[in-house]
Amino acid sequence: MNFWNFVLAHRAEIFSRTVEHLLLVAAAMFAAVLIGIPLGIALVRRHNLRRWVLGAANVIQTIPSLALFGFLIPVPFLGGIGARTAIVALALYALLPILQNTYTGIAGVDPAVLESARGMGMTPAQILWDVELPLSMGVILAGVRVAMVICIGVATIAAAIGAGGLGVFIFRGVAMVSNAVILAGAIPAALLALAVDFLFGLLEKKLAR
Amino acid sequence: MLLGRSGSGKTTTLKLINRLLESSSGEIFVEGRSQLDWDPIRLRRRIGYVIQDVGLFPHWTVEQNVAMVPRLEFWPEARVRERVREMLELVGLDIAKFAMRKPAELSGGQRQRVGVARALAADPPILLMDEPFGALDPVTRTELQREFRELAARLKKAIVFVTHDLREALFLGTRIGLFADGRLVGLYEPDEFLHSRDPEAQAFVDSLGNGNMVGGANRV
Repeated sequence: MNFWNFVLAHRAEIFSRTVEHLLLVAAAMFAAVLIGIPLGIALVRRHNLRRWVLGAANVIQTIPSLALFGFLIPVPFLGGIGARTAIVALALYALLPILQNTYTGIAGVDPAVLESARGMGMTPAQILWDVELPLSMGVILAGVRVAMVICIGVATIAAAIGAGGLGVFIFRGVAMVSNAVILAGAIPAALLALAVDFLFGLLEKKLAR
Repeated sequence: MLLGRSGSGKTTTLKLINRLLESSSGEIFVEGRSQLDWDPIRLRRRIGYVIQDVGLFPHWTVEQNVAMVPRLEFWPEARVRERVREMLELVGLDIAKFAMRKPAELSGGQRQRVGVARALAADPPILLMDEPFGALDPVTRTELQREFRELAARLKKAIVFVTHDLREALFLGTRIGLFADGRLVGLYEPDEFLHSRDPEAQAFVDSLGNGNMVGGANRV
């Protein structure tokens, strides 16, 4: 079967799978940002936690994605077959770069700037919102960017546990021994990753000014 | 003037005043009130603070940096602007040229001028300065020291100034507190200091002498 013929015949499904894919990634990223950034800030304040938390995030990163999806299926509340499990696994993958970069960004703020902020009578909350976060936004954003690209890639595996997304074509193509079907999932996924990377690049450039 | 070698406790003393460090024993009185009765945030906003590395906010313009404490204190915007103008004039920076620049676009001397303007912006009765001119080149340093001496005479504020440079202490100070090993070992008027019999004070005077000897040798 020809690739273009397949794409043409299945354009509606490709579109809906792309949307599905993006929703998985968006939900996972939302959770990862919501957990990762505050946790990263907390690690700067509590140095003794740092080794453990970053270590744990590192270990999660080394688990092969298919295995992580598999591990999560029997877990109560989080697991099972379907999108919820996939979102949990994707969020776990996205956590490390966000956590790491938030920590690095905040810890890297010039100590002289912090000393003068404190010495001039800024409250800890003002220091966080007006000084630390704006000054580390570029680094944090770079972490979110990496996490997002990883997520888009790993989300293709989510089809293995019935979560849908562009991976559906890839698994179907493997089963049918059809490159055209595999490519119908792989190419849109790659384009998504490139597009997101490009958009974040623009955003970072805008912030740097 | 708090004078002493590195590690003698000058900076620690300074930071105890605005409670960047908490004392393990003893009490410090600021404006007649024990420092512990002050809310640290309120206390710090009544005390200007200038450090060697300046610590301007790199993501803010000069105008925003100088306006920092007045804005934290919710001054009306018109008054903040007026105050920023006054402060930049006071430290000799042209407002039209500098107000909208970021700290990265300033020289070291200009940055420290902004640092002084920022510390004075909310008109605090007390000013703490930790080797403010220490990182500058000798020419700029001398220039700023001269200007600052005039400024200090006009402002009539209580200034606590940390330095390890006796020359600076003699030039700017009205009283010199000498620190050694974490203790205040003497309190002098500048001309008294030169004749002190204290060995630490003499060590400082001797270090001054070395510079003169080079000059003397040249004359011969």
